[in-house]
Amino acid sequence: MIHSLFLVNPSGDIFLEKHWKSVVSRSVCDYFLEAREKALDPEDVPPVISTPHHYLISIYRDKLFFLSVIQTEVPPLFVIEFLHRVAEMIQDYFGECSETVIKDNVVMVYELLEEMLDNGFPLATESNVLKEMIRPPTILRSVVNTLTGSSNVGDKLPTGQLSTIPWRRAGVKYTNNEAYFDVVEEIDAILDRTGTTVFAEIQGVVEACVKLSGMPDLTLSFMNPRLLDDVSFHPCVRYKRWESERVLSFIPPDGNFTLMTYHVNAQNLVAIPVYVKHSINFFESGSGGRLDLTVGPKQTMGKTVEGVLVTVHMPKTVLSVSLNATQGSYTYDNATKVLVWDIGKLNPQKLPNLRGSLSLQTGAPKPEENPSLNIDLKIQQLAISGLKVNRLDMFGEKYKPFKGVKYITKAGKFQVRM
Amino acid sequence: MSANSAFNEEKGGSSNVGEPEYGHDPASGGIFSSDYKRHDDLKEMLDSNKDSLKLEAMKRIVAMIARGKNASDLFPAVVKNVACKNIEVKKLVYVYLVRYAEEQQDLALLSISTFQRGLKDPNQLIRASALRVLSSIRVTIIVPIMMLAIKEAASDMSPYVRKTAAHAIPKLYSLDPDQKDCLIEVIEKLLADKTTLVAGSVVMAFEEVCPERIDLIHKNYRKLCNLLIDVEEWGQVVIINMLTRYARTQFLNPNMNESLLEEGGGEKAFYGSDGDDDEEEDKDEKDKKKAEAPSVVKRKPYVMDPDHRLLLRNTKPLLQSRNAAVVMAVAQLYFHLAPKAEVGVIAKALVRLMRSHSEVQYVVLQNVATMSIKRRGMFEPYLKSFYIRSTDPTQIKVLKLEVLTNLANETNISTILREFQTYIKSMDKDFVAATIQAIGRCATNIGEVRDTCLNGLVQLLSNRDELVVAESVVVIKKLLQMQPEQHSDIIKHMAKLTDNIQVPMARASILWLIGEYCEHVPKIAPDVLRKMAKTFTNEEDIVKLQIINLAAKLYLTNSKQTKLLTQYVLNLAKYDQNYDIRDRARFIRQLIVPTDKSGALSKYAKKLFLALKPAPVLESPFKDRDHFQLGSLSHLLNAKAGGYQELPDWPEAAPDPSVRNVEVKESVPEWTKCSSREKRKEKKVEKPFYSDSEGESGPTESADSASDTASDSESGSEESGSGSESEESDQQSESGSEEDEEEEERKKKKEKIKAKKPVPESDSEQSSEEEGKKTESKNKPRRGGSDTESGEDKDSETESSESEEEESEEESEEETKKKKKATVSKPPSKPPKIDNKKEKKEMSLLDLDDFDPAPSLSQVTPLNNFLSSSLVTDLEGLSLTDNVLSPTTITPSGNLKTYELLHRITGEGLSVEYCFSRQPFSPDPHMVAVQIQFTNSAASEAKNLHIEDAKLQSGMRMKEFPEIETLPAGETVSVVMGIDFCDSTQAANFQLCTHTRKFFVSIQPPVGELMMPIFMTENEFKKEQGQLMGMNEITEKVTLGEKCHGEHAVIQRVTTAANLSRVPCGSDKECRFAGKTVTSGSLVLVSVVTKDNGAAQVTVNCEKMVIGTMLVKDILQTLTQ
Repeated sequence: MIHSLFLVNPSGDIFLEKHWKSVVSRSVCDYFLEAREKALDPEDVPPVISTPHHYLISIYRDKLFFLSVIQTEVPPLFVIEFLHRVAEMIQDYFGECSETVIKDNVVMVYELLEEMLDNGFPLATESNVLKEMIRPPTILRSVVNTLTGSSNVGDKLPTGQLSTIPWRRAGVKYTNNEAYFDVVEEIDAILDRTGTTVFAEIQGVVEACVKLSGMPDLTLSFMNPRLLDDVSFHPCVRYKRWESERVLSFIPPDGNFTLMTYHVNAQNLVAIPVYVKHSINFFESGSGGRLDLTVGPKQTMGKTVEGVLVTVHMPKTVLSVSLNATQGSYTYDNATKVLVWDIGKLNPQKLPNLRGSLSLQTGAPKPEENPSLNIDLKIQQLAISGLKVNRLDMFGEKYKPFKGVKYITKAGKFQVRM
Repeated sequence: MSANSAFNEEKGGSSNVGEPEYGHDPASGGIFSSDYKRHDDLKEMLDSNKDSLKLEAMKRIVAMIARGKNASDLFPAVVKNVACKNIEVKKLVYVYLVRYAEEQQDLALLSISTFQRGLKDPNQLIRASALRVLSSIRVTIIVPIMMLAIKEAASDMSPYVRKTAAHAIPKLYSLDPDQKDCLIEVIEKLLADKTTLVAGSVVMAFEEVCPERIDLIHKNYRKLCNLLIDVEEWGQVVIINMLTRYARTQFLNPNMNESLLEEGGGEKAFYGSDGDDDEEEDKDEKDKKKAEAPSVVKRKPYVMDPDHRLLLRNTKPLLQSRNAAVVMAVAQLYFHLAPKAEVGVIAKALVRLMRSHSEVQYVVLQNVATMSIKRRGMFEPYLKSFYIRSTDPTQIKVLKLEVLTNLANETNISTILREFQTYIKSMDKDFVAATIQAIGRCATNIGEVRDTCLNGLVQLLSNRDELVVAESVVVIKKLLQMQPEQHSDIIKHMAKLTDNIQVPMARASILWLIGEYCEHVPKIAPDVLRKMAKTFTNEEDIVKLQIINLAAKLYLTNSKQTKLLTQYVLNLAKYDQNYDIRDRARFIRQLIVPTDKSGALSKYAKKLFLALKPAPVLESPFKDRDHFQLGSLSHLLNAKAGGYQELPDWPEAAPDPSVRNVEVKESVPEWTKCSSREKRKEKKVEKPFYSDSEGESGPTESADSASDTASDSESGSEESGSGSESEESDQQSESGSEEDEEEEERKKKKEKIKAKKPVPESDSEQSSEEEGKKTESKNKPRRGGSDTESGEDKDSETESSESEEEESEEESEEETKKKKKATVSKPPSKPPKIDNKKEKKEMSLLDLDDFDPAPSLSQVTPLNNFLSSSLVTDLEGLSLTDNVLSPTTITPSGNLKTYELLHRITGEGLSVEYCFSRQPFSPDPHMVAVQIQFTNSAASEAKNLHIEDAKLQSGMRMKEFPEIETLPAGETVSVVMGIDFCDSTQAANFQLCTHTRKFFVSIQPPVGELMMPIFMTENEFKKEQGQLMGMNEITEKVTLGEKCHGEHAVIQRVTTAANLSRVPCGSDKECRFAGKTVTSGSLVLVSVVTKDNGAAQVTVNCEKMVIGTMLVKDILQTLTQ
């Protein structure tokens, strides 16, 4: 299984290593660094690299490479999925996953890694179990620790590992019992240059923040579960119950977790909340071009579209832009050739427009290809698929919890081809 | 070195970029001395009595280790603290020990006694952690101690310690492989463990130590399958992968009789429906299979081992896992083990993974690419999910392209090519090149689009980007090789390109093409050679080689014009720096220029050079990759990785399945049941091949829409024919034989029908829908009247109507049974339904808490009365076929109300009635079964009765009955359709079509029909009722109608009004009923408490308040009447 783990920063330095079996020299990373040199983009580094004696499986996340060394056959997804769990765990513990944070907490990260794998096989990956063994740092605790000399390592033994529901620790107590659910939907779409939908689908996720005392048994039902076409669950969800009754029945983990992700039935037409009128042309003589973009609301179900952000990857020959935005502001990064137009809220009465001229590298031929637009947006209080939570019931505990559901629609991979 | 690192550690603290340089600095002598001091400092801290100092020191040491610095010289100081009371210090010491014990074996021994003590600790967690560290320090001397500890831990009371023991096994094995035999014993013992905690870890140990000992799995196979869903995610992956291999050795290939099915499919295709998988098969192969078919028929039909089925069934839910590795593991299991027809379920889950991180996408796409070659149909519906975004990383783009290409066929090629067209404009040139290659592959695979693709590619030749042009040239070359004659103009066009294009590969391709087809371009070819000769010295090697080739070919075909040129080129090549080119030039000169010395070979020069060359096959690099287990590292690399276990081929004959039997009594009958079910199912599949009777496709048969029930009953009859029904219950075999008779009868009937001649239908005006409704409402009171009749009355009534058929009573009963079977799915569904129940019960063994037992006929004794009477009603309705043609229609009796869908007058002689048959609709359990009875009282026959243009409320669905081809005048036929009302009483509107007319009709369900009965005990009922209080409870008081006194009457009324089953109740003053809504499965609980004075209280508990309210009204109404 997993032999060693190396964390590599963007400039190719290895700043943490952990071995679960005998030590593997860090020179093995050279194969990886070589591949990274070759790739134009860090995302293009092959996730699996074969070397004479080892196999290197890596993920790129938060500008860091998590590189694992394995020696024998193991499902690559097994390793990849685990590495992502490591990244998520760091994020969960320290609020972000970055080189500085890991270096600042190097001992704790090391301890966590020690608990997560035993001899290269995952042992404790549930955040609740880990947090019982190694408490995440808080400002208060670090002050207390420096004063008293106590530490973050839990003095209790991790009982969660013994339980049949390892995702929930025992003896949870809150004064305010609350359970919040965020239904977040993302629209993935490709629109062609005429604005016709080439491909569109809705992916949703139900994020939960449950702070309930004891061992609550929750049941969440939807008004229209039929909409859900394909679902995947947190392990706590009872699958049989979903199969037979289409309700989510579960004993929740404590704190934040992803309850389910879903895909909305493709037969239902996807409402596209915005449209883009665009024209880009480069002069035949070279040296220049014009760009004109207008964004407007389309099918928004009466809600306001917020946080609209248009990203354009310009052809390499575009040197600079001189544009005029009627709303919001734009930036053009000459190194990456990315034009970002931050619009903000869409006002249906006065549509935001961005127009102006592009200047091209002199002597370069007119670019043949047109860039594509990536759009980011947000609509509050709306699940674009129409999914609605019907009710949430709690069994097993006496108190009355405070419950809340929030809906939000975002653009996922929303692309307009120009 | 170590000293250096210690220094660095000190200096670094938290931020230390570029630190490694220090370690390699040889000139840091000064630092050296101070380092020793630093280390002393650490040692001092470790020796102190203060835990906080020790902790600080350990933290610094661990930080050194984390950064890859050597801290081994601190070993003696650290190891002393192994027994420290402070947990964090202890933990950090463990971390240190595990890291360095291997290098300092002797000193490490000092710590062993601490762990040995720990192994005896009363706290399971301490025992576990001691074992964990003890097994992790790789010190050979302690192997015997480790072995002993593992053995002991394997029989520990605590499952967590046993789990740790399982983890320790591979550690010991890697340390000392000689311990294998002992370890296998431990593994065997742990495999028998029944807890989910241990299962994953021990299978992992099994895979690392003795993957070849598949025999150890036999006894644990079923247990592993059943535990699987509760094992933690990582263990699931390991178990599923292992079970895939196991299944490959123990079960037969479920697709082995593919040829049989193929035959069936082929026939179907002949009749116009599409055989979906056929396109994958080579024609030759098919022919071969056809030839084989007769021999296959004689072979014993394939029967899926119930254990095989168990595995497939228990892994399926895991497709919903959040863990991509689990999903992939299940997907590969299905791909390798499932019958072809069932593999499709994995596609959706795999497509879902495409939303995940790009690394996950990368791996999944690789696997999808392999799968899509074998099973293209599976991913076709998800074609668009593989469309490429400009923001995808290149490696993902290329893989998606691969999948799209694999999925291309005649029907979708135009869409795919349109997509490709946008890709060609991409800025990512590598991707554009891959797209061009993909177009080339599509063009070779699909003949229809070859010319289109070629034209498109030729247009690309004028692209400004050289890479694009070059790639197009290469692809065009390959395409032209298939049909060069027609495309000499393209060759000419390409010849012109040699002036501009610089990419060597492209130049070489063009030259090769001109040389190969020089007879098509006789004028241009020598000119190209002339130009090339000029630039020869500046060309790349591959281009030079092709120039030589071109020269040779031209010399052979057109020596007059090119002799000098050729000699010039060959002379240049003779002195080239590359020896390959020099050799080639020499060789060619000997071959083509006839001299005295040149032997016989030169005579054949022309044949050698201008031989007809086979066109290249452009095929996917993922072809045949599936001999590696999918999802594995080896598959991804397309090379065997160390420790990879080959996926064995299916055995010819199945090994003895009894090896998996375990001495658990209750489970055994379960299996046998299962097996009988499996067998039936299997036969069902083969049915089309075996059945030769044309009669089956008669109109009555088609009513079942090829549902399970129909084919099940069919298979039943088959079984009785072959005499293999030994396992079947008496009842079933009986029904089987009955069906045989019935089939004959049906045939006769059909013949009769055929004998009748069609009479032209009269054209009358279509009357409005409303009229129909009026008549319906008129009919209602009559029905109500009949409802009030008691059950006994009904019985007698049916009997009398039966006797009209001039048959003895017993016979008629049997007869009706048969008829019933013949017409609707209802009665035949009876045996399978029992079967279903069994199956479900089996499932409930796996999942104790949340399962509603299916409605059962046999269990609910109090209901028997009503059900049987309702059956009789059905029978009656059906037995009317011959004698009741009068429009006054059937007098509905019993619990089933009949509603009019189409009045005889409105329907121009066709009257249609429907009732809710209250049977589960087998094709989709969420649908309400509606039995529709057509009576043709017109003078002519009605043809092509079918449903069109359903206008349904959102969410509602409808499963239409199969088209009735003909309904002769005077005949009656019943069919069943399913409607999912979405738990609402909104009407389903649709058009009922005959070959001449369309009628707008609608079916509106009474609320009581939107539910189905479930069986509950009294306690369950009370518990559920307790949970459905407040808003979900509706209570009404009522005075019972005159005829409605007594428990019996109340029960009858309520079950008439709603499709509920009775729940046993201790008190005779109270009647309880339970059911659940068909669509959402929400519970519906009804209780009626009667009082002495004829008053009663009705309580309905239902999560769906609307349904509850409506139901209360209905029940009140029926009780007050």
